[in-house]
Amino acid sequence: MKKKLTTVEFHGTKEQEEKLLAVIAKHEGEKGAMMPILQEAQEIYGYLPIEVQKIIAAKTGVSVEEIFGVASFYSQFKLNPDGKYAISVCLGTACYVKGSGDVLDEISKQLNVPIGSTSADGKYSVEATRCLGACGLAPVMTVNGEVYGKLEKKDVKDILAKYV
Amino acid sequence: MSEKACGTGVQTSLNDTVFYKTQRRLALRNCGIIDPESIDEYIAMDGYKALGKVLTEMTPDGVIDEILKSGLRGRGGAGFPTGMKWKFASGNRGNVQKYVCCNADEGDPGAFMDRSVLEGDPHAVIEAMAIAAYAIGSDQGYIYVRAEYPIAVKRLQIAIEQAKKYGLLGKNIFGTDFNFDLSIRLGAGAFVCGEETALMTSIEGNRGEPRPRPPFPAIKGLFGKPTILNNVETYANIPQIILNGADWFASIGTEKSKGTKVFALGGKIKNTGLVEVPMGTTLRHIIEEIGGGIPNGKKFKAAQTGGPSGGCIPASHIDTPIDYDNLLAIGSMMGSGGLIVMDEDNCMVDIARFFLDFTVDESCGKCTPCRVGTKRLMEILDKIISGNGEMEDLDRLEELANYIKSASLCGLGQTAPNPVLSTMRYFRDEYIAHIVDKKCPAGVCKKLVRYEIDPEKCIGCGMCAKNCPASTIVRTNYTAPGHKLASMEIKQENCVKCGACMTNCKFNAITKG
Repeated sequence: MKKKLTTVEFHGTKEQEEKLLAVIAKHEGEKGAMMPILQEAQEIYGYLPIEVQKIIAAKTGVSVEEIFGVASFYSQFKLNPDGKYAISVCLGTACYVKGSGDVLDEISKQLNVPIGSTSADGKYSVEATRCLGACGLAPVMTVNGEVYGKLEKKDVKDILAKYV
Repeated sequence: MSEKACGTGVQTSLNDTVFYKTQRRLALRNCGIIDPESIDEYIAMDGYKALGKVLTEMTPDGVIDEILKSGLRGRGGAGFPTGMKWKFASGNRGNVQKYVCCNADEGDPGAFMDRSVLEGDPHAVIEAMAIAAYAIGSDQGYIYVRAEYPIAVKRLQIAIEQAKKYGLLGKNIFGTDFNFDLSIRLGAGAFVCGEETALMTSIEGNRGEPRPRPPFPAIKGLFGKPTILNNVETYANIPQIILNGADWFASIGTEKSKGTKVFALGGKIKNTGLVEVPMGTTLRHIIEEIGGGIPNGKKFKAAQTGGPSGGCIPASHIDTPIDYDNLLAIGSMMGSGGLIVMDEDNCMVDIARFFLDFTVDESCGKCTPCRVGTKRLMEILDKIISGNGEMEDLDRLEELANYIKSASLCGLGQTAPNPVLSTMRYFRDEYIAHIVDKKCPAGVCKKLVRYEIDPEKCIGCGMCAKNCPASTIVRTNYTAPGHKLASMEIKQENCVKCGACMTNCKFNAITKG
């Protein structure tokens, strides 16, 4: 997935930083701990801004370039925060052949949020996601983890109406 | 489930239904039967008995021989003999650190059998990994799971804790001097991490890029140490092979592909879900009998197996008995077992583009043939689906596809052109229709679709014009016999091909072609 550099200002709190330092301390000396550290850091902040990567670099001794290399490689690591309502439409094969591409386009159109980005007010983020493994319910979308299955283009309006 | 799947009349058991009758559940035997969060229920189903047997009655080499004899091949895609893999890593036991890994990074879109095993029978995987560790002489294992499967991760964590509490993981298992510990590592959404060397690089905490082989992981794998990596479904078969014997397992399936295979049946099919059948079952049986056929009276067009690495199997090959070698021979592959059924409304050029879009996105960028080659392939496909294709493009596609296959570093690139090659092989006429006639026969490729109003059927109500976002539908001067209003017409130059006119026409006067 293509990634954009962080576009929002960093508002990390002292508590978040303390939690992050505790996570780094917990993994000290562990082989191959960078992925778990980044995953837990993302749970704390909701995304991985460069400021957070710099803290991890300073504490682990791994260069910030290398950390950025890892963070930007994996699609689960977010360089920008999700919207208040994170909408993901599955573009796995089973969903795609049953028209999930049209559903995704419709959502993007109705919310006026380009695919793969967050609305200016931070309310909605719309993304295409890899196979969710719920192929029996195809096409599938999730809003903040809530799953909607067997979708058609005409269902989009009613679903979005629940998230205002 | 449809009526056909249930049959008619009274059913005496679930196993009598058409959906289950001809399935043979080995890898999925406990899924949905036992409580996956209870180790006692697993033990009640002979769980950990195989581990007990190997530790107390068998030598490590004896275990490897048994797996070799069973003919079990890797269920993750390539079909490499599992016993062989173990044998390669078995040298120098006790003197070097070795690792046992489980590939649960089920990235193949449309496949979800590994998720099902992890969520429904996590102890089977843990038991099998301990058996593998004993066979090669390892004391540490890693399970690499996709982060997209939170329930699977949770149940694995519970299962590992329970196994530790029961002394089935940890030190001196079954009172022997065998020690084995297990950790979970979460993937982070990179398809390439399903490739063995990339997965290991990722566990090490780096960008998940593959490494050249040799050295093979059995010699130099995770953290530079001898490592074996097997898929979830492969592991799920191991305890039963140990308990029932290699001959029992080898009696199921075809000559070169033993046992069963789980397929994730999805797409345009009545009964979707996981289907476990003996190797050698025909595609027709899976689709028409177990799957109940294609819904809405549509015609079967193709079945896609092997995900982005596989190909599309046309109706002419529907009677092929499915095993590793037959699928390769018809230009597809087993892959992890995704089986997506497509009907006449799916455009094969569009499907090829869909998979390429996926591989372009997921190519890690390390080697040029894959990074640049897949992108160029997709550009040619884009040219074709937008109506600018020329016949020479077909030769270019084929030539480039073969270069990418032979020159890429890892399995992702080596198989990425398969969807293009297989659709060109079986659906060449569809490519030609896009190039020469500038038409998409299935009506999928938007730029080639043309909506038209039949003036004889149109009653002139104007609903189409009212709903047209491009305001490109106008009234003509022609009134068909028997109608009161003049018919409507679509001015093609401004049409955005949204299809709103067709959806809103109550008189079926609009056609798409």
